[in-house]
Amino acid sequence: MIAIKNVSKHYGSFQVLSECSTQVAKGEVIVVCGPSGSGKSTLIKCVNGLEPFQSGEIIVNGISVGDPKTNLPKLRAHVGMVFQNFELFPHMSVTDNLALAQVKVLGRSREEAVQRGHQLLERVGLLAQAEKFPGQLSGGQQQRVAIARALSMDPICMLFDEPTSALDPEMVKEVLDVMVGLAQEGMTMMVVTHEMGFARRVAHRVIFMDQGRIVEDAPKEDFFGAPRSERAQLFLSKILQH
Amino acid sequence: MGELDWTSIPGALPFLWAGMVTTLEITLLAVLVGIVWGTLLAIMRMSGVKLLSWFAAGYVNLFRSIPLVMVLLWFFLIVPALLESLFNTPRSADTRLSSAMVAFALFEAAYYSEIIRAGIQSVAKGQLGAASALGLTYAQAMTMVILPQAFRNMVPLLLTQGIILFQDTSLVYVSSLADFFGAAYKVGDRDGRLVEMLLFAGAVYFLICFSASLLVRRFQKKVAT
Repeated sequence: MIAIKNVSKHYGSFQVLSECSTQVAKGEVIVVCGPSGSGKSTLIKCVNGLEPFQSGEIIVNGISVGDPKTNLPKLRAHVGMVFQNFELFPHMSVTDNLALAQVKVLGRSREEAVQRGHQLLERVGLLAQAEKFPGQLSGGQQQRVAIARALSMDPICMLFDEPTSALDPEMVKEVLDVMVGLAQEGMTMMVVTHEMGFARRVAHRVIFMDQGRIVEDAPKEDFFGAPRSERAQLFLSKILQH
Repeated sequence: MGELDWTSIPGALPFLWAGMVTTLEITLLAVLVGIVWGTLLAIMRMSGVKLLSWFAAGYVNLFRSIPLVMVLLWFFLIVPALLESLFNTPRSADTRLSSAMVAFALFEAAYYSEIIRAGIQSVAKGQLGAASALGLTYAQAMTMVILPQAFRNMVPLLLTQGIILFQDTSLVYVSSLADFFGAAYKVGDRDGRLVEMLLFAGAVYFLICFSASLLVRRFQKKVAT
């Protein structure tokens, strides 16, 4: 479904990604972790072309992301993305946030889009908030709306960029619950997160990054059992201690 | 300087009102065209296309470095010749109003584009990312997501610029066009009551602009909360 081959990216002389390669099969859930500045968010943003990269290749569902001839908006329409800061559109109601791209990009009628949106709001437990504006919702609620918004496009896979990092601790669970549900339904997911509990529960593989490199790419059992690299061991010992 | 004599004002009111209409016409058109053209300039300047961003930067810097009154005079001299060659209008036709409108619109666009550029930049960059991630094109993301938010933040600044423009329209006196200020000047000159007329005109400008800025300030508070 997603193939990343030797992807490198630099800002001037600063190497953000170097020679990253991995792949995500259909229905697989991959957790990407690593210290801040390790390039994990950049990597995931390369997958739908939000960040350009200088060399290497990324193929999503048979389409090359880096190819200048690729119709990026069309590709992105089928790749859901959830951001650290939710990025709901503050000038639109929750319903309109969900309907906008369905109507403008997928060409659905407004009624159809609103209906699909409400279905998904119900799924994330927020149908009652449909007519509110994002500013009136808690962080956890906003992030669940953002997930529903991404799902409203019927994506073939979902990218999550630190979806719980900006949340108050008591709101993390409600968001993770939605993500666990998605994973269990077989959604292909690439998740940048430090939530190791989530990784243990639903991830198939864990990728550990450091200084722009993929240091470890292992099945969950191996990663948590005995990570091969010292850097990953150190990282795990630090975040799992408390 | 003798006693002040205000008696020539009541009789001149219809003429002054006609001047005020001209002033408002110029202001309104310059604000509308200035905002539309200014938005395009701002988008060009921020676009990755070098040619467009150089053009926009050059345009803005040119107009911001030239006195408005000179721009007005240029257009007063150029526009009639242009109209003549384009539409065969006779040279004697009165093009003062249209040339003033064109000059103000093009001049103000330079200022508006800087306000609008700052407004667009004030909308978090993540919003463009989110809109793009949903498959919206750059143009769709701009018109449906970024600009609506940017304009909401900018309304007070745009209105304030409009108030400044309203005052600046008095510069059309260089083409002896009878806007409000020009009308007042003409009446005062005719009746030998220049001081009274200019005091009166000043009071009217003050009243309109001051109450408009009070409204803007109230609106600003409402937006901020």
